[in-house]
Amino acid sequence: MKIAVCIKRTPDSESRFKIAASQTAIDEAGLKFDIDDFASYAVEVALQLNEKQGPGETVVYAVGPDPVQETLRKAMSMGADRAVQLKTDATPYDGMAVAKALAAELKSGGYDLVLFGKHAFDTSGGIVGTATAELLGIPCVTAATKLEIANGRGTARRELEGAAETVEFPLPAAVTIDEGIARPRYPSLKGIMAAKKKPLETKPAQLGAARVTVKSMDLPPERPAGRIIGEGVAAVPELVRLLQTEAKVL
Amino acid sequence: MLDFYNIDSVLSEDERAVRDSVRRFVDERVIPVIGNCYVEGRFPKELIPEMAELGVFGANLPEEYGCAGLNNVAYGLIMQELERGDSGVRSFASVQGALAMYPIYAFGSEEQRKQWLPRMAKGEVIGCFGLTEPDYGSNPSGMITMAKEQKDGTWVLNGAKMWITNGSTANIAVVWAKTNGDKEDKSIRGFVVPTDSKGFKAKDQKGKLSLRASDTSELVFQDLELPADAILPKSGGLKSPLMCLTQARYGISWGALGAAMACFEEALEYSKNRVMFDRPIGGFQIQQERLAEMLTEIVKGQLVVLHLGRLKDAGTMTPQQVSLAKRNNVNIATDIAREARRLLGANGILAEYSAMRHMANLESVYTYEGTHDVHSLVLGQALTGLNAFK
Amino acid sequence: MANVLVFAETRGTALRKTALEAVTAARAFADATGGGEVHALVAGPSGVGAAASQLGQYGADVVLVAENPALEKFDRESIAATVAARAQSGNYRAIMLGFSAQGRDVGPRVAAKLDLPIVTDVTDIQASGDAIVVKHPGYANKVIATLQISGPSAVIAIRPSAVTAAPSAKAGKVETISLAAEPSASKVVVKEVIEGGKGKIDLGEAPVIVSGGRGLKAPENFKLVEDLAAAFGNAAVGATRAVTDDGWRPHSDQIGQTGRQVSPQLYVAVGISGAIQHLAGMRSSKTIVAINKDKEAPIFKVADYGIVGDVMEILPALTAAVKEAKAHH
Repeated sequence: MKIAVCIKRTPDSESRFKIAASQTAIDEAGLKFDIDDFASYAVEVALQLNEKQGPGETVVYAVGPDPVQETLRKAMSMGADRAVQLKTDATPYDGMAVAKALAAELKSGGYDLVLFGKHAFDTSGGIVGTATAELLGIPCVTAATKLEIANGRGTARRELEGAAETVEFPLPAAVTIDEGIARPRYPSLKGIMAAKKKPLETKPAQLGAARVTVKSMDLPPERPAGRIIGEGVAAVPELVRLLQTEAKVL
Repeated sequence: MLDFYNIDSVLSEDERAVRDSVRRFVDERVIPVIGNCYVEGRFPKELIPEMAELGVFGANLPEEYGCAGLNNVAYGLIMQELERGDSGVRSFASVQGALAMYPIYAFGSEEQRKQWLPRMAKGEVIGCFGLTEPDYGSNPSGMITMAKEQKDGTWVLNGAKMWITNGSTANIAVVWAKTNGDKEDKSIRGFVVPTDSKGFKAKDQKGKLSLRASDTSELVFQDLELPADAILPKSGGLKSPLMCLTQARYGISWGALGAAMACFEEALEYSKNRVMFDRPIGGFQIQQERLAEMLTEIVKGQLVVLHLGRLKDAGTMTPQQVSLAKRNNVNIATDIAREARRLLGANGILAEYSAMRHMANLESVYTYEGTHDVHSLVLGQALTGLNAFK
Repeated sequence: MANVLVFAETRGTALRKTALEAVTAARAFADATGGGEVHALVAGPSGVGAAASQLGQYGADVVLVAENPALEKFDRESIAATVAARAQSGNYRAIMLGFSAQGRDVGPRVAAKLDLPIVTDVTDIQASGDAIVVKHPGYANKVIATLQISGPSAVIAIRPSAVTAAPSAKAGKVETISLAAEPSASKVVVKEVIEGGKGKIDLGEAPVIVSGGRGLKAPENFKLVEDLAAAFGNAAVGATRAVTDDGWRPHSDQIGQTGRQVSPQLYVAVGISGAIQHLAGMRSSKTIVAINKDKEAPIFKVADYGIVGDVMEILPALTAAVKEAKAHH
């Protein structure tokens, strides 16, 4: 199958963040960046599908400035065949603008499947995958926790609130990938060396105007300090009393 | 890991990617099991296929033999990350790569290279290195293992080796023996000995209190017959095994840092969380002095091996330069492990924490591949021209 | 004066809580921008129109009802087409909906069809001159972004439970509309809906969550967590990544950075150490209680009330005490 995977370069999700002097972004000093978690599951899903149903091609796309090339190479070191950077000066916060840039590029790609992460860790929008699919005029399943492809059709499972649904759809289609569907492989050392020789193309991103911009970024308000009210079973009555009278949640 | 001197900025993207990949493997696959393996006294053999898949065996040997074809800084980073997990795991990779695959690559015929190296890169054939003998450790030139050439070109091997890592797991042993009754160094040749040969016996050495997650064996050769093509044709003299040791020692210089980093990070984290006298112990002067000392030695050690790796890649590295790095980095690592263990207090004696395991392991690393003292004499001789070995 | 269109989500014929929250938010926004109208759009199987009066109570001036037997199961394509068609024909300052599983499907589709900007997982909405300004948590709730949306209209998907549904009665005049696309033409077809279990409250909607971690020692001990949740009566059971990775609990129960992010009234963390990964999922809960045997556990730094001790002893005692407290009210 010809599979496109749209990935994003995001900071390590375990980091503690500080706000930059501009007040409209986080301070990137000292942060480690990598393929966004959900996007890396999407890459793994693509690689596994092509390994099972081979031969095929997995192409990774990313929108962003040049540092994103390292992220694309990481995906190629996992096994993606080639990469395309849609170059911008800065990665836009506006999910619809990103979707437009991707759709413009993917239109002529002839892909059977276009995969995305459910959302990116930093912007947590969950917009790009579904919007890109709509712009391409292909069906989309969001937040798939299971995905199977056979004979030009797909079956996916997605979590609802307190339930789950199984859906079927024809290819070509887009799917955004949730956690639990696949563990991303770590690049083998040979894969890292091979990635250097794989094609990485750079083109300007056709974004259009950004209509969603960051006015400010702030750390969430600190929770007021709590307290340990006691030890063992003996503390239970006091907890219940506090929940009733002070917190008023019981 | 804290990168205090921003060494990442002078690593290439590939080198960082290699380091990160192996680090992830060690975090996810080695660290969860290695404490138990150490206590049980077993090497986690089940990880061999994954290590092979990752590409850590003979990683700096050429791609045409199925190897990763990495530069030597990347190779060093691999050893660093493996030993961050455990010295026994890194020892397995060192032996397989630098002491079994390397001699076949350096001294073997093209047929031998093609016959063995790809399968060894895949972990399908495991190798070990037979140089040290029960009575000849620091002085390998005294070895008594002897190979006698027969009229038809085959060989018969007799002797014993000891302290052989991977000895009981190995499919082949690269054995160094004197030949045809000649007791001089110059008669030393290398042989690829299949371990299923008649007359080959490997016995695990029991009762180790160090490198417990590693197979260490005695090898005994009794009238062991070898075909003519078992010999490594380009080998000759003590120089050959010593070249292999230089490769391994280079990797060990990086590896020891990995163990030191593991101990340092664990101690640092502990010091921030462990509360005594109503505050984290990391706020007390004695612990801060400990941590500052550890960090300083790690940074110095990193810069030594980074430069050494660049020299190796440039083709100008000398064995004496490697001696300096091995001697220094293993020594500071033993100190760091011990101080980390002390910082951890009573918790530091538990297998749940890594400090004491690393501390015990590093005693072996201090002793093998040329003891600390031997490397002092290497440097002494290089500086003065005077041989203080005898 | 700004009119707001709301996609009011239903499951079957019943309105979901996020629908009322979205109408409440739309009402507040319309009132703050000169008193425009709120039009709530409901699409579902026959009988879904009965929900219309509820939407009026929460502030909808008009309730647009599209009833179609083919909508027994959620059909994202025809519903998105219908919302978009209505938005196109009307003059709406904003299109609001809940950022739920349905919302993820409908919101971006509508925005793409109409070439509108879209923001999701929004916790606050303000009009600011010609622009709309929203708050949106990013970086797994570690950073709050204030975003400005320019242009005459926008799609805004609201984080479930970020807005408290509040009555603000309006006419709720029902208008029947038809779907703008045939469900039978939809490419993504729902084959099966697997219910999570009788009476299981969704983590995103539960006012109380009792959550368990590794400190419970064994999967069987989650029974104690379930008992405490049952004692509260309106609680859902959550879990940490460690125990879902180990298969003790289903992946959908995981609360954390890569799992569900929740803000219940009360979050009880049992045998949970409080790794950053987990805190990212629950730190905005109104009240946090932690029970853990290790008094140095990081969870105690975010908990309002903590008890140090053996969870196996404390849980049954707490369950009994909660049952008793509930019985007396």
